[in-house]
Amino acid sequence: MNYQVDLAQRRYRFRDLRELMAKASPLRSGDCLAGIAATNATERVAAQYCLAEVPLRRFLEEPLIPYERDEVTRLILDSHDPAAFAPVADLSVGEFRDWLLSEQADTSVLTALAPGLTPEMVAAVSKLMRVQDLILVAGKCEVVTAFRSTIGRQGRMSTRLQPNHPTDDPAGVAASVLDGLLYGNGDAVIGINPATDNYHAVTRLMRMLDDVIRRYDIPTQSCVLTHVTTHLEAINRGEPVDLVFQSIAGTEAANASFGVSLSLLDEAHQAALALGRGTVGQNVMYFETGQGSALSADAHHGVDQQTCEARAYAVARRFDPLLVNTVVGFIGPEYLYDGKQIIRAGLEDHFCGKLLGVPMGCDICYTNHAEADQDDMDVLLTLLGAAGLNFIMGIPGADDIMLNYQTTSFHDAWYLRQVLGKRPAPEFEAWLERMGITDAGGRLKTGAGLPNAFAHIARHL
Amino acid sequence: MTDSNPRRKRGITENDWAGLKRFTPARIALGRAGISLPTRAHLEFQLCHAQARDAVHIPLNRDALTTELNDLGLTVIPLHSRAPDRPTYLQRPDLGRRLDADAGARLKRLASEGAAADVALVLADGLSSTAVQHHAAAMLARIVDALRADGLSLSPVCLVEQGRVAVGDEIGELLGARMLVLLVGERPGLSAPDSLGIYYTWNPRVGLTDAARNCISNIRPGGLSVDDATRRLAWLIRESRRLGCSGVALKDGSGEPDALDGHTNFLLE
Repeated sequence: MNYQVDLAQRRYRFRDLRELMAKASPLRSGDCLAGIAATNATERVAAQYCLAEVPLRRFLEEPLIPYERDEVTRLILDSHDPAAFAPVADLSVGEFRDWLLSEQADTSVLTALAPGLTPEMVAAVSKLMRVQDLILVAGKCEVVTAFRSTIGRQGRMSTRLQPNHPTDDPAGVAASVLDGLLYGNGDAVIGINPATDNYHAVTRLMRMLDDVIRRYDIPTQSCVLTHVTTHLEAINRGEPVDLVFQSIAGTEAANASFGVSLSLLDEAHQAALALGRGTVGQNVMYFETGQGSALSADAHHGVDQQTCEARAYAVARRFDPLLVNTVVGFIGPEYLYDGKQIIRAGLEDHFCGKLLGVPMGCDICYTNHAEADQDDMDVLLTLLGAAGLNFIMGIPGADDIMLNYQTTSFHDAWYLRQVLGKRPAPEFEAWLERMGITDAGGRLKTGAGLPNAFAHIARHL
Repeated sequence: MTDSNPRRKRGITENDWAGLKRFTPARIALGRAGISLPTRAHLEFQLCHAQARDAVHIPLNRDALTTELNDLGLTVIPLHSRAPDRPTYLQRPDLGRRLDADAGARLKRLASEGAAADVALVLADGLSSTAVQHHAAAMLARIVDALRADGLSLSPVCLVEQGRVAVGDEIGELLGARMLVLLVGERPGLSAPDSLGIYYTWNPRVGLTDAARNCISNIRPGGLSVDDATRRLAWLIRESRRLGCSGVALKDGSGEPDALDGHTNFLLE
């Protein structure tokens, strides 16, 4: 196919679909670093004009990364559902944007469409969208998953309680867990990043989080964010594993740099399913992703970072995850330079994931070497709340003292609940009221004084 | 829930579990104004962020660190990555991962002068020169003792300015070392602007990914101790030599760190 467009007394030509996609991407430092970004603003818009004319079918005929060379491409094409694709099969990318924004694309239609879409299709249409389009369409999607709590229903917004500690000290972790619970956080997962991958330290944390959940009968699940092979070993040795975690990316080579493959993920998925630990559902995987990871591993094949990221959701989708978290600002300014780029990327990721049927949450975050601050995070938090994201992180005072970055705080979740009327997962909402952490109207009650179930802690104060 | 706290009148609901702060540097029990952060906690955060932002840009005092390492009996080879300055370093990770021409030539000369050491020792400023400036000498002294005790020969200390983790691969390859131990300043956090990381690699060579590396992170006062880090590294190296690999295939199965023995989980009492 010929990718060219005449604009402003000039003819713009693009070598192939891969180049067209990269040049049509809104500006970000990672694509510049890879040397694949548009050379100027006009060329970018020319690429968007050209991309708007490309039939959606074309993405099935011209893989951006060859089928023979990449198992993620094989997964995407082999699992494509032509029947689900039928309603949009004759549309171009530009027409697809109009269709998505129209009234006919409602929640049930979009849910049925998801298996018919590929990551490249949704990445392409996102490149033609403004922020409000990304919010409006994602807001029509509903992806519901469950383990001990039900996550992702319309009007709900859950949080991962992230009680990280620089040495995994049990009392230090417990202090953050308690603070989070008393601030009504933790319904998506109580998920800790261990300070090391040391097997003994990791399994000690698994047992500790499991004990806390059982002791207080909390309708949530635990996860220790360590490598999938460590989870497999822990499962084999009978440790209490609720969710299996893994960082994933959108190419076979990038996944290899993480030490994983589709077959390894499949093995872990089956092992976790066999445990049958969920009560209201059996979504047992927790994945993290982020734009720039494929480039960082020099495994991007010349594909732009946003499209690589969308391909990671095809990997996630294969394993029916409970949670998929785009850790949008963690990677650093060489991939997303400033608040503006982080904000756009977070909304793109959420949009692409939701259209593909993936339960998207977002680690709304930044590092201290990026040009971003709390104001940028408030903007992204508010916009993603409006877009209906499934979950965010919750951490004491927005400061991760182990991973050394800033993410959303326990307070931030309440800000979103108050401004947008969001509520926690239904099972967890009932638990909060039962424990005296919230009142009958769902408002936070805790202040001075501990709820009865936690009164025994007073002697440590 | 009592309502006796006078600050509630000013709109603040305080949390009386602040005593738990002795267990963690996390920002717990901040209280709330409505559901939002009280002014004091907000301003404290803003100050820490401002300090961390500034810390990214503080240059390494190479001469002072060299003197300190020399005093420990260690020879230092000053090297520079291909990133000429901090703004370039921040936006071009590819340049921070490679040595500049001068550094490359110097290491080649060194390699031609004698037998290769078992272990290449590398110090890189990374994103926190403060961490390297304050903690690298003490950490390195312990590592050197531990590795020598295991009968390993060591390269001089290669001190790389504007260096990233992968720069060690090139150094290890040029020196013909079987193993690489790299210390790097980790990116500064709000509460931890001086955290050191150790990366260990078997058979270092240009082009390796993180899957080939083992990381020991958060080494600083209040984080992982120098003793624990040394013990873990020594364990990793022994296992690595036995298995002939590093990274994902090499699990850290060393004993539990000392710091975990201090406290129990009060939630489970």
